[in-house]
Amino acid sequence: MNKPIIPLDGESAGLSPTRHEDKQLENSTPIRGKSMRDFWHWMFSPERRGAMLVAPALIMLFLMNIFPLMWSFGLSFFHYKASSMRPPRFAGFYYYEKVLSDPVVWERLQTTALIVSLSVLLQMVIGFSMALLFEKKFPFRRELLMLVLTPMMLSFVAVGVFFKLFYEPTFGILSQGYAYFFGEPLTLLATKWGAIWAIVVADAWMWSPFVMLLVLAGLVSVPDYLYEAAAVDRASWWRRFKTVTFPYVKGLLLLALLFRTIETFKIFDVVYLITAGGPGTSTETIAVYVYKIAFQFFKTSQSSALSYILLFVVIVLTNLYLYFVNRRNEEV
Amino acid sequence: MFAAIFKSRKERGLREAGWGWTLFAGSIGLIYFFPVLWIIMTAFKTRADALATPPVFLFTPTFENFVSVFLRLSQTGQEAVSTGMGLYFFNSVFVAASGVLLALVIGTLAAYGFSRYPLKGNDTYLFVILTTRMLPPIIVIIPIFLMFRLTGLSGSYIGVILLYAAFNLPFSIWMMKSFFDELSIDVEDAARLDGSSDRGVFFRICLPQLKAGLAATAVFALILTWNEFLFALLLTGTETRTVPVAMARTIGGELGVDWGLLAAIITLFLIPVFAVTYLLQNHLLRGVTFGTIKK
Repeated sequence: MNKPIIPLDGESAGLSPTRHEDKQLENSTPIRGKSMRDFWHWMFSPERRGAMLVAPALIMLFLMNIFPLMWSFGLSFFHYKASSMRPPRFAGFYYYEKVLSDPVVWERLQTTALIVSLSVLLQMVIGFSMALLFEKKFPFRRELLMLVLTPMMLSFVAVGVFFKLFYEPTFGILSQGYAYFFGEPLTLLATKWGAIWAIVVADAWMWSPFVMLLVLAGLVSVPDYLYEAAAVDRASWWRRFKTVTFPYVKGLLLLALLFRTIETFKIFDVVYLITAGGPGTSTETIAVYVYKIAFQFFKTSQSSALSYILLFVVIVLTNLYLYFVNRRNEEV
Repeated sequence: MFAAIFKSRKERGLREAGWGWTLFAGSIGLIYFFPVLWIIMTAFKTRADALATPPVFLFTPTFENFVSVFLRLSQTGQEAVSTGMGLYFFNSVFVAASGVLLALVIGTLAAYGFSRYPLKGNDTYLFVILTTRMLPPIIVIIPIFLMFRLTGLSGSYIGVILLYAAFNLPFSIWMMKSFFDELSIDVEDAARLDGSSDRGVFFRICLPQLKAGLAATAVFALILTWNEFLFALLLTGTETRTVPVAMARTIGGELGVDWGLLAAIITLFLIPVFAVTYLLQNHLLRGVTFGTIKK
């Protein structure tokens, strides 16, 4: 009787469900198409843009990195050998206790620490000196720089093979040079310290250019007027280095130190190829050790437990690295 | 920009060291580069020259090592058969190219997302992503090895390609994010005001500015993958083996290592590396630090 003046049922507003469906029937669009389109709109709506852009990457990383890591985390609490068909049995913290109380693990960690500290130290010294060398302007500077930077682009395998050939006792060029001066052949890889130095030299040769690159970036960022001021003040070379140059380099030097520590900590390929951990086990780094217990003895649980201890170390170091990266970015 | 490293002091107004310094730096550079040079020389030596004591520096170059990389005499000694090295080179190229392409597409989108539409906990995501790259590969490989064995992906192209895509993803994301962060947002805002859609901004404003960055990221990732050893060692089969694994196997047989042959393989293997190092010179710093350090 009393019809409302303003239609409240939405019919005239064009929102009627019946009318909508009629239209769809006319166009013979299936319902599924509509829900697909809704899903499409939902997915690409502007507020979901960030999530949608990163989703494929996160899914991929989850499948290929995070999930496997979680799996091996689980495995580390079970008795399990990848080489046997026996189903896993729950072991609790057994393997963590076993790994942490195992003197062999500590020995391998010490070997790794020794190689890392020697190699990183050598890289810092050589890298820094070469950066000072290349800071100046001279003809063919760019070409020579490319020559020196090449080693860090090489593959670990190639470097391993190079040095294996140089260290070869009878016809390796290094051994021959040694024999020429000292009269006796150099059997570097037969002794513990010789083998350690063999690895350290190969690794330092490969990665000193990395340190050089970072230091050089710091050196060229020193403003010229500071050098001019130092010249006016007749500051000594050492004083100029300490008060003008070094402050610009130290941030990058620290980053290089951390980055190389993280990377050298993982050292595997070079050791695997040059000494394979020998003589005995004297150059077996922690990565080589994990490889051996995981893929030669198939002690899957034990290697997983050890992996998680390494994971923890790397997370701490990476955090530290990013902390300094961010601090530097704020300064620049 | 990083290119400043290649502009030395003088170009920016200070000391000139001159030819004397070239001589000095040149000799040190040559000593430093000598290991590579020696391998290349060994590749061109005959077997007798390669094993000569004292070592020979002057010799008549031969290409026989390069031929025997790909062909060797059959047991009967008559016909030449393939050593399979051709296949391994193909595998290296194919696997690296596919893996990097996949990582680059997914990684660039993600980098754009992280750069322009920060999520809640953006930095945490980025940290986790970088951490997966910093981990010792041996940690990740144990479960992946088991997973691949269960799913039958072990030894197949798809498995290795997926793995390399995941391996390169953190690198691509961090690199591309560092490039996106450098772009001026004003241009994008202006384009939006002119009615450009978000997709248009990404494809027609951002990407064209980053052609060089994209190329650098791609090439860098290619080299990292090309050089990769541990994953390939454990997850490739006879048909999908890559060159580094083949090289390590050649050296594995302790007694009969043919150094000339090995040197020839390495020399061929290094050609793309040299080319890339030259091409990438202005992006080396960013590349080797995974985009964390720009200048």
